[in-house]
Amino acid sequence: MEMLSGGEMIARAIELENVEYIFGYPGGAVLHIYDALFKGCKVPHVLVRHEQAATHAADAYARATGKPGVVLVTSGPGATNAITGIATAYMDSIPMVIFSGQVMSHLIGEDAFQETDMLGISRPVVKHSFQVRHAEELPLIIKKAFHIATSGRPGPVVIDIPKDMTKPDEKFPFKYPSSVDMRSYSPIQRGHAGQIKKAAKLLLSAKRPVIYSGGGVILGGASDLLTQLARELNFPVTNTLMGLGAYPGTDRQFLGMLGMHGFYEANMAMHHSDVILAVGARFDDRVTNTVSKFCPGAKIVHIDIDPTSISKTVNADVPIVGPVQTVLADLLTQVKALRKKDKALPDAQALDRWWRQIDDWRDKHGLWTADRFSTDGEQIMPQQVIQSLYRVTKGDAYVTSDVGQHQMFAAQYYKFDKPHRWINSGGLGTMGFGLPAAMGVKLAYPDADVACVTGEGSIQMNIQELSTCTQYNTPIKIINLRNNYLGMVKQWQDMQYEGRHAMSTYEDSLPDFVKLVEAYGHVGMQVTKLEDLDAAMEKAFAMKDKLVFLDIFIDPTEHVYPMHIAPNGSMKDMWINKHERTS
Amino acid sequence: MRRIISILMENEPGALSRVVGLFSQRGYNIDTLNVAATEDPTLSRLTVTTVGDDRVIEQITKQLNKLVDVVKLVDLSEGTHVERDLMLVKVRAEGSARDEIRRITEIFRGHIVDVGPQVFTIQLTGAAEKLDAFLVAMEEGSILEVVRSGVVGISRGEKVLRL
Ligand SMILES: Cc1ncc(C[n+]2csc(CCOP(=O)(O)OP(=O)(O)O)c2C)c(N)n1
Ligand SMILES: [Mg+2]
Repeated sequence: MEMLSGGEMIARAIELENVEYIFGYPGGAVLHIYDALFKGCKVPHVLVRHEQAATHAADAYARATGKPGVVLVTSGPGATNAITGIATAYMDSIPMVIFSGQVMSHLIGEDAFQETDMLGISRPVVKHSFQVRHAEELPLIIKKAFHIATSGRPGPVVIDIPKDMTKPDEKFPFKYPSSVDMRSYSPIQRGHAGQIKKAAKLLLSAKRPVIYSGGGVILGGASDLLTQLARELNFPVTNTLMGLGAYPGTDRQFLGMLGMHGFYEANMAMHHSDVILAVGARFDDRVTNTVSKFCPGAKIVHIDIDPTSISKTVNADVPIVGPVQTVLADLLTQVKALRKKDKALPDAQALDRWWRQIDDWRDKHGLWTADRFSTDGEQIMPQQVIQSLYRVTKGDAYVTSDVGQHQMFAAQYYKFDKPHRWINSGGLGTMGFGLPAAMGVKLAYPDADVACVTGEGSIQMNIQELSTCTQYNTPIKIINLRNNYLGMVKQWQDMQYEGRHAMSTYEDSLPDFVKLVEAYGHVGMQVTKLEDLDAAMEKAFAMKDKLVFLDIFIDPTEHVYPMHIAPNGSMKDMWINKHERTS
Repeated sequence: MRRIISILMENEPGALSRVVGLFSQRGYNIDTLNVAATEDPTLSRLTVTTVGDDRVIEQITKQLNKLVDVVKLVDLSEGTHVERDLMLVKVRAEGSARDEIRRITEIFRGHIVDVGPQVFTIQLTGAAEKLDAFLVAMEEGSILEVVRSGVVGISRGEKVLRL
């Protein structure tokens, strides 16, 4: 049998897991591992400029490909720097394996140099974690980590490795398990047949149905099935921020995103529905508005792999625990069987009325039936930037984003037709996610168009990664919606604090972004006039092998609408623009 | 409502902190907590008593089940069960009080397990309310120290919690 050191076992294990990239940053506690990678590992390592970026890049790689992201960081500050990225992945259920260095076993607990209790500090934001106590356990622990990270409801798994576990001169027989069986962990494989039948009946009895689907549909690889089911039933579909692309954005049955900044028609349809089919979504507070007023007339079918997501905030009438893929397949079979028996289901007349109602809502305030922003001014509107991006990339780019108004505009105006294309930190809302995320996606798909929609606030949270992009030649396009404000903060201050802009401006301190990116060897362009927008966008995407930063000056006064009225509002209570509200 | 949740979990380092962390992280309260090894050295059994409405308890049990280290759990309060708490109490026992304390201890079926010239240490087992009642029965100011194991419990009849 092959005799390997702990470090070499890690190098071999990630090869056997078919890891495509490992994102990381070296330091004392992981030097044995780095040496083993250097001496012979087929998996290329991407050296970031900050460990947070390693986690975001690996996370986005996972979001785009469906394969787990892999990270390697050192102990102490390397580990703590990774925490924000781990928490980001955790909130959005993204499969990741994070190897963190640790001080030597005999030093643990002594406040040794660069010691931090990584298991303790990461506990609330991981799916599971391990600390290696005996080097010979490494293969099994790594196998378990990949298994746990990628199965059931995915999530990040930390493996904390004391330095002495990777000593180059201590070798152990290496046998990598092909599978693992854990008595305490076995995610459910099928939904309950009786419940699925109940759900099918309820769906077919609906007069005002809506399908509300979330990130779980993308994670569970069930977009096609969801689309088939929606078409079979002729039901309207709305996606959460995390679910965009799970159902084709350009399809007639698609109502747009729902929730706090959701589409008028999507929120209205939810509120007035009689049956909601929730799939891989978790009734997050940014979706429901006030829970006690949530969709008063609706019976709810809730499909989710994670039982804790069901009836956590909103009670489900027909709960179904299981992988969305198998459950939707079974549900589709049931629906078809019931329709064969009774061709009058679902009630076509009622559905027709419902669709007419929805079309009225669309005509009234829908974002895609007319431009709902001012088009008379001199200034570029943020919505126009996303429309331009959409046109130039033919709706087929991978779009990462940061957090703020620009994120919401991108979510509203880029019509994602495919899953895995829209990559953003929905759960944690992590500014600084966009750039490293775009890097991770571009490494996964070098030939695809990858755009990072960001703001001048967010981009500065991980701007150092421009250097990583130089090193690994990742020619992404950065679309900076420059409003010279922490725009989303300013919007809330405008609406709730009488316009007192406490710490939401940078005064005159912003860098010249064009010069800045040029210093890193990239291309920068400033766009200030609407008539130059499309040309600049085209030029940027035509430069296939260059990272291009478009610094686009937009109307700084614009707000994101619709916006749920809170506190105490329901799904249907929205600001439509600065002056109009639904109630 | 008060619940007794009994958990079999992997006897792994960090497992306990995951359970305890879950309670504090999600704002659930722990009234008592007891953990020890079982006849199977790879498993430990943890018993926690908590209060919450049905919705909260449902979330607690689901969240606990979701922890990778948790193998199995049961809400003992859902069925008939035996519940025990063990208490050691050190009380001041002087003069005529010594007889009185002996008598009360007998009534509660406790044992005096250590005797000093001025103190008794009494061991009591039973359901939590019984132990509470004993403390109330002791003369005010006489209690010097109290330590309790926290509730442990087991289902009545054939029902067992094991792999
Ligand atoms: C790390 C982090 N810190 C703070 C926030 C709170 N926050 C949300 S949006 C926002 C403003 C973002 O500004 P910018 O990136 O310029 O985007 P804009 O809203 O202007 O489009 C802030 C500060 C956050 N989401 N993440
Ligand atoms: Mg801004």
